[in-house]
Amino acid sequence: MLELVFWFFSAAAIVSAFLCITRRSAVASALWLVSTLFDLAAIFVLLDAQFIGVLQVLVYAGAIMVLFLFVIMLLDLGREGRTDMKGSVGQFVALALGVGLVVELWVLKRVMDAEGGFAAQTAAFQLPEGELARMTEAQGAIGIIAAPLFRQYLVPFEVTSVLLLVAVVGAVVLAKRRL
Amino acid sequence: MLLGPALGVSAILFSLGVAGVLLRRNVIIIFMCIELMLNAANLAFVAFAQQLGPEGQVIVFFVMAVAAAEAAVGLAIILAIFRHRQTVDLGDINLLRG
Repeated sequence: MLELVFWFFSAAAIVSAFLCITRRSAVASALWLVSTLFDLAAIFVLLDAQFIGVLQVLVYAGAIMVLFLFVIMLLDLGREGRTDMKGSVGQFVALALGVGLVVELWVLKRVMDAEGGFAAQTAAFQLPEGELARMTEAQGAIGIIAAPLFRQYLVPFEVTSVLLLVAVVGAVVLAKRRL
Repeated sequence: MLLGPALGVSAILFSLGVAGVLLRRNVIIIFMCIELMLNAANLAFVAFAQQLGPEGQVIVFFVMAVAAAEAAVGLAIILAIFRHRQTVDLGDINLLRG
């Protein structure tokens, strides 16, 4: 049952991503990307990352994509103009590199399987089956992220806050006509 | 055990993002393809986190923060370029070409 739901959302995510990169109108592309992000949120929940799934909907689909749609509206790019697809050579190169990347990753997986697979190589660090779900039940979906975030990763967390401040100031400086 | 399938989906989504960047000339759509690639990486992190502990989810948290900062600055740059050149087509933006 779990796998069926997973495959359903995976297929939806891949189809939406494909439509996102092939639609001519920027608004249509943005809305298909929102659909991909929602499907990924569902997959995150299936992979025992409930809080990340919620963040995905709130931050990505809710905030970042609204920013994209706002800029598309501001620049008046919504109506379908002439296509911005590259010519047949560019399309062939994009297809070849995309397929090549998938094949490369697949070969990487085959190599890993030949050397005993992921499970054998990481046996030393691996949690027992279903351990993350049990930890979530014991500490709460936010608790399992909050504990490492505010202990082990406290410095990166603070650096992130500085990064966000820099981004806010930078966006204002870039977008303002004259300061 | 959804690790293998999740990594496969992640690889396909990342490749679709790469293909989108190479295929399109509209800067905003290229930007959305970059977001797609970041999300594919997030999916891999979450899939590994299920096996190796919740630190992977913490990394996803950081990736999301960086993606938000990147979107804010990138879209501001696109606005600034559009104000000067009245276009978002990468074929027409060739300031750095000698």
